[in-house]
Amino acid sequence: MSATLATPSPGGSGRLTLRLLMLGAVLLLAVLPALNRLPADSALHVSDFIVSVSGKWITYAILALAIDLAWGYAGILSLGHGAFFALGGYAIGMHLMRLIGPRGVYGHPTLPDFMVFLGYKELPWYWLGFDHFPFAILMAMAVPGLLAAVVGYLAFRSRITGVYFSIITQAMTYALMLAFFRNDMGFGGNNGFTDFKELLGMPLNTPTARSALFYASLALLVLSYAICSRITQSKLGRVLVAIRDAESRVRFLGYDVTQHKLFVFVLSAVLAGLAGALYVPQVGIINPGEFSPGNSIEAVIWVAVGGRGTLVGALLGAFSVNALKTWLTTVAPDLWLFALGGLFVAVTLFLPRGLIGLVSKVTK
Amino acid sequence: MTSFILRMAFLLLLALPARAQEDYAATLPGLAGGFGEIAGAVERLGALGDPRALPVLQALQDGRLLKTADGHVLLPQGAGFVDAATGQPAEAAGAEAVRLNNRVRQALRGALGRLQLVSPDAAQRGAAAEAIFRSRSAEDVPPLQAAIAREQDAGVRAKLELALAAAQLVAADPAAKRDAIARLGAAGTVEARALLIEARAGNPGEAGAIEAAIARIDQSLAIRRAAETLFQGLSLGSVLLLAALGLAVTFGVMGVINMAHGEFVMLGAYATFAVQELCRGIPWLAPWSLPLSVPAAFLVTAACGALLERGLIRHLYGRPLETLLMTFGVGMIIQQAVRLAFGAQNREVISPAWMQGTITLPGGVAVTQNRLWIIVFGLLVLALVFAAIRLTRFGLEMRAVVQNRRIAATMGIRTGRVDAMTFAFGSGLAGMAGVALSQIDNVSPNLGTGYIIDSFMVVVFGGVGSLAGTLVGALTLGVVNKMLEPYAGAVLAKVFVLVAIMLFIQRRPKGLFALKGRAAES
Repeated sequence: MSATLATPSPGGSGRLTLRLLMLGAVLLLAVLPALNRLPADSALHVSDFIVSVSGKWITYAILALAIDLAWGYAGILSLGHGAFFALGGYAIGMHLMRLIGPRGVYGHPTLPDFMVFLGYKELPWYWLGFDHFPFAILMAMAVPGLLAAVVGYLAFRSRITGVYFSIITQAMTYALMLAFFRNDMGFGGNNGFTDFKELLGMPLNTPTARSALFYASLALLVLSYAICSRITQSKLGRVLVAIRDAESRVRFLGYDVTQHKLFVFVLSAVLAGLAGALYVPQVGIINPGEFSPGNSIEAVIWVAVGGRGTLVGALLGAFSVNALKTWLTTVAPDLWLFALGGLFVAVTLFLPRGLIGLVSKVTK
Repeated sequence: MTSFILRMAFLLLLALPARAQEDYAATLPGLAGGFGEIAGAVERLGALGDPRALPVLQALQDGRLLKTADGHVLLPQGAGFVDAATGQPAEAAGAEAVRLNNRVRQALRGALGRLQLVSPDAAQRGAAAEAIFRSRSAEDVPPLQAAIAREQDAGVRAKLELALAAAQLVAADPAAKRDAIARLGAAGTVEARALLIEARAGNPGEAGAIEAAIARIDQSLAIRRAAETLFQGLSLGSVLLLAALGLAVTFGVMGVINMAHGEFVMLGAYATFAVQELCRGIPWLAPWSLPLSVPAAFLVTAACGALLERGLIRHLYGRPLETLLMTFGVGMIIQQAVRLAFGAQNREVISPAWMQGTITLPGGVAVTQNRLWIIVFGLLVLALVFAAIRLTRFGLEMRAVVQNRRIAATMGIRTGRVDAMTFAFGSGLAGMAGVALSQIDNVSPNLGTGYIIDSFMVVVFGGVGSLAGTLVGALTLGVVNKMLEPYAGAVLAKVFVLVAIMLFIQRRPKGLFALKGRAAES
């Protein structure tokens, strides 16, 4: 199928430089919330906005890592990763809704406001257990993982590959979006969940909660990166790359391609779900718009811009494209969609290996 | 209006026997009496069927009818009054309004209904039939039968028939009752069914006949509903067919995923809007703007398609995933450009008069004309695509390139040119789909987004590269969607269909109509 993309593995000094750069970036990120606590007139003070935006971007970077693992290494282009991200978000959102308790507008002791409004008499069965934080986190991983397992099993088993798989996953997130827009699904319909009060005893929207969520996201990012880089450097990673480049050949060599692909796809969905679970408390809202096919494909372009097939590229892409988005949507909102569309075209035509490819070309 | 009715009434009067004319004049003074006399006079006026009584009774109902001390009845006309008996101008000084009580009002309703039956205005006659249906009584039977014999308008006649059956059901004659029940059963409408259910309680003697008639209606209603669902499904299916045909060419024949296909559909709809605006100033051209926009939309989107293929897609052949992402970006740019150029709000494309309205097929199945036209249009476009692929030189070269690009090139076919033309052709089909969609959906920048995923599903379900598969796939998905809708709602029906397709391609990964090949991967 696609032209073989050599996975860049900068050797020796290159790898060391890369590691040092990344360590520096992580440290820089890690001090952000501390700098936020400095008095506002201090030269090193960092605004609330920067902290919350970078917290959000970190969760996007985890999503990008997840997509890169599936697409960049195993050649599985999912256009439905936004759905896994949103499902994780909905899982934590349900927990946050349960924590509001009687503080809602209608003051009902157990039912969230939208349920009172829609005339629910009791909590639907699938809401049970979400008052416990560990259960919600478990669900934020289990639901996306299970969905990925079912869709992936059905698709990989019948050897649905390439663009067909992309279209199927796009239809999946589209169907979920339509379903979540319905009021009688019991997930808040059009409006989704919002007006969260607290998480783990911390009132949200305070500096403490903000930095706690920030550090949690950063920790998950480092952990995800470690997992992904461990996988890609192992024999499993080699097999994945082989599947990407010549699926039939790997199959004929005796590897179980379906199982390999399924493993990486489910792992990727779980990571995306966790990223979503950290995203929602930071932005304070989750609604069915998160399932829109455009969101998923936008996340794919982060990876493409950064450079697929390299984990650093996914991170670089997520941060740079979102930085561009944040800047451009404030400066010239009308231009953002042109810029994003232009990125799609430019990257696929001129930068097949993304910014990382550009960097390695320049350094050579 | 009043004077027009009066003039018509006097014309009709010439046909009435002299005695009836005298009766009319003799009855009028009753309206100047007490409530009992008024009610009696109203009923007699209604029974006489003299058209002159209609404006009088309408004025009475509105409280504008005056009575003088010496028993004359005055009717308002223009700024002054006329004597209701003679039609001569009269002095209203000292006259007072005729008052109503409930008994008079009830009498008025029936009498007005009967008088309106002889009105020259079809809408009035229809309203009269409905009024009689509500206030039904045995006395209504003879005037209704007379009215049905005269009636030319099919819609009014149906209402009259229903009112007659209702009146006969409350009358004493058992033979007429059974006849009415049988006719209601044959009519097979929802109204007839409701009437029968109402009559069931009052007519224990006819219970068997009534039950049989209701069962008959239920059956014909079920058939009609099924036929209407089928029609709606076919019409949705032909919309999908139109949207998917272009994809079947670009995706099926060329293997190029064009995520901007939906935007081409949207461009076609905007081209339709633009042609409509251009034709607006030319009166003789304006009704034909829609047929004109078909070639216009085709040319616009085909040109865009050729540009996209030559400028961008050409460089990505053999890299389908990149093509997908790139065309998605192009779609975004087109959408945003249209949003900035035309505004984000919906644009209205007006259906020409010959496409508006509904047709009632035999058996009472109502079909909207514009949906019918879309089905016809979809089939025409399919025939066009079939002819283009099978019968033209271009189609022959296209098939040759699909089968074996390198050998086609050695045979002298300019494959690059064929690629561009194939892509332009597929994009032009999207534009034609846009013309059809402008008739049933809002023309807005994100018009295409709603259809693109469904069209991909059609192509995947029907089998890539097969026109027959696209046709069967589109119609099946349309009909299944509409069949599920009453049970699951529009949104869940869509979700079910998507899930069903995912399961279906488990059994047949290449779709319904798979192309046979020998490659291990294709």
